[in-house]
Amino acid sequence: MKSGYRHNDAAPPLPLAGEGWGEGVSARKNPLEERALTRIASYEATRPPPQAGEVNRARGEGVRISRGWLLLALLIWPLAAPAHAFIAYVSNEKSNTVTVIDTESWTVTKTIKVGQRPRGIEFTRDGKFVMVAVGDDDTIQVIDAKTQGIVDTLPSGPDPELFTQDASGKVLYVANENDNTVTVIDLEKRARIGDIQVGVEPEGMTISPDGKTLINTSETTNMAHFIDTDSRQIVGNVLVDARPRFAEFKHDSSELWVSSEIGGTVSIIDPKKREVIGKVTFEIPGLRREAIQPVGIGMTKDDKTAFIALGPANRIAVVDTATRKVTKYLLVGQRVWHMAFTPDEKYLLTTNGVSNDVSVIDVAAQKVIKTIQVGELPWGITIAP
Amino acid sequence: MIRWLVGLIGVSLVGAGLAATQALAAEPTEIGIGYLGVAGTRSTLSLVEQPAENDGVAGARLAVEDNNTTGKFLNQRFKLEEHRLKEGEDPVQAATALAEHNGFIIADLPADGLLKVADGLRDHGTLLFNAGAIDERLRETDCRANVIHVAPTRAMLADALGQYLVWKRWSRWLLVVGSHDEDKLYADALRRAATRFGAKIVQERTFEDTGGARRTDSGVTLIQRQMPVFTQQAPAYDVLVAADESEVFGAYLPYRTWDPRPVAGSAGLVPRSWDAAQDQWGAIQMQNRFMKLNSRRMTALDMQAWTAARMIGEATSRTNSGDVKKVTDFIKGPDFSVAAFKGTRLTLRDWNLQLRQPILLVDGRMVVSVSPQEGFLHQVSELDTLGYDRPESKCKLK
Repeated sequence: MKSGYRHNDAAPPLPLAGEGWGEGVSARKNPLEERALTRIASYEATRPPPQAGEVNRARGEGVRISRGWLLLALLIWPLAAPAHAFIAYVSNEKSNTVTVIDTESWTVTKTIKVGQRPRGIEFTRDGKFVMVAVGDDDTIQVIDAKTQGIVDTLPSGPDPELFTQDASGKVLYVANENDNTVTVIDLEKRARIGDIQVGVEPEGMTISPDGKTLINTSETTNMAHFIDTDSRQIVGNVLVDARPRFAEFKHDSSELWVSSEIGGTVSIIDPKKREVIGKVTFEIPGLRREAIQPVGIGMTKDDKTAFIALGPANRIAVVDTATRKVTKYLLVGQRVWHMAFTPDEKYLLTTNGVSNDVSVIDVAAQKVIKTIQVGELPWGITIAP
Repeated sequence: MIRWLVGLIGVSLVGAGLAATQALAAEPTEIGIGYLGVAGTRSTLSLVEQPAENDGVAGARLAVEDNNTTGKFLNQRFKLEEHRLKEGEDPVQAATALAEHNGFIIADLPADGLLKVADGLRDHGTLLFNAGAIDERLRETDCRANVIHVAPTRAMLADALGQYLVWKRWSRWLLVVGSHDEDKLYADALRRAATRFGAKIVQERTFEDTGGARRTDSGVTLIQRQMPVFTQQAPAYDVLVAADESEVFGAYLPYRTWDPRPVAGSAGLVPRSWDAAQDQWGAIQMQNRFMKLNSRRMTALDMQAWTAARMIGEATSRTNSGDVKKVTDFIKGPDFSVAAFKGTRLTLRDWNLQLRQPILLVDGRMVVSVSPQEGFLHQVSELDTLGYDRPESKCKLK
């Protein structure tokens, strides 16, 4: 249990910065909370007891903490310890491992051996499990976030690479590059319940915020396929630039962004009209156009800023979504592929394949603040919800 | 009100149904691709390298499958028609017959045959794709406006190797050249590469083809005696570079040189447009598809034919058209590029219609490196550090 301390039985979301510690959050198995409460308690000892307010009995010690004290504790909290304590899982394509990173200390806490060629990686919606597509083993492995061991496999079909879940976390859609299909899996029954024929080399997968439309991009067909999740039929195809790798909706559903690795652009699609309405292009002085290969996309919750990984250009482009122009290029590690925000959106973590590391970007400051060595050829990343 | 609504929904459903039926009823646009090759296969020193009967066309078949998967969504259907020239058969006649049903022809022909076909089809509007011939002159003095060159040139191959050897600091080359014309042409390209990238050819030797069988029962014993003797008393050198396109001696050199030196060129470390071992940049998926379809590994010629057929598919989907003129204009235009699992987009050199492409350096088991090498810079595209560049070109497209 040394490293399995981030999740308790109920797998609640970890408290976000600005949220109250001890308020409706069980503290039993979370040393971080333990520490927080201890600090509050000891602080209290030097002060007169609080006037009134809520009673926290989570630890059964009868520690009375008023809202005011909580607020005060929160104010001093950042001085004592960082407010970002999440856990990131990184798939290492070449070393066949998944690296676990603690985002409080920014250190690697565990390396988990998985199957051959791990790439797509995602937490289940309830935060209890991490699914990782191990393409060369033709399956998706399920890691228990508590024990950090592999507990199950999913019948994904051959060579799974990327996948996405519906909002309920019950249905998983998997891109199978080898046979031009998207496989539909019932996550509760762990059973394959359908296949959808798509273009050549399906890769990018995402689902519309309303859950009605599944998007799959096919790398050699160069299309974003719009699939109705009820009928599981393709209802539209939009041609984009060469080798589309990744698709991401704006949170308000108004736009779908699709990156084209070889085309060197990001197409912006109106999902209603199913038309390309704009393109993000990139230009970096001193870099050849061919070296700019957009892959991963991260969109802030307010939909105002998009971060785009530019592969061998070793940079993340920061894009103003209103003007669709790049406002800044952030130098990260080599061959940057995918990325994930911490749930508080303070940090963005990117996987840098060739330099075998993960870069940490301070989202507000738009600066790279840290680099963490992981396994060989880090590919995908997911952070506990 | 409700009735009115139901009626409206009904009408719109019928409308949608009609639209769907119409879309389904529309006949798909047919796009015909011809494949013109020569019957029979050439003999190689290594049994492993012996080409299959369907070398080349197997790649085109896979690309047509890939194009058809995409075509499903665009109502386009691709067909492949193959013709193999028998000895003495007129290539122009065969090409003209193919051109009747096919707006595009992928050709794997020797330079002279290809030129005849290009000139014979000049007024047909057919677009030719040279998938097999690596001769410089087809892109230079003998270039033609109706021929797209997918195969790399000798100079591109030699430059790709030269850059790597220089990067490795193996800059003293012992050049061994075969006695056939193609061998000499390859040696020319290697000499040019040495000059361009600062390597030195310390000595040249010619390996005369005295005839004889490629395979004999006690061949190894004999070769083991011949090759050390042939390579002894050479001035100090770092690498032996062999120019043996004719498959007479190259493959006999590795491990048998008098001095313990690596071999490159036609044996040892070989520059190729593609290799069965190439699995980077998503290539593994295509290698798997190829294996499934053809029950063998993919060669450079297969890949060149695949790329040609994919270029056609790429252009028909971008233009949403099967019109040969429209598609041809798009391929020759500034917006064309194609993805071919080589880590970068491939584009055409507009001055001679040669496809720019990275070149793999392979040893028969692995991809050792991919050129252009780091540090060889170019103001337009680093891919133009391979082969003849615009200012050197003698091509006038007509």
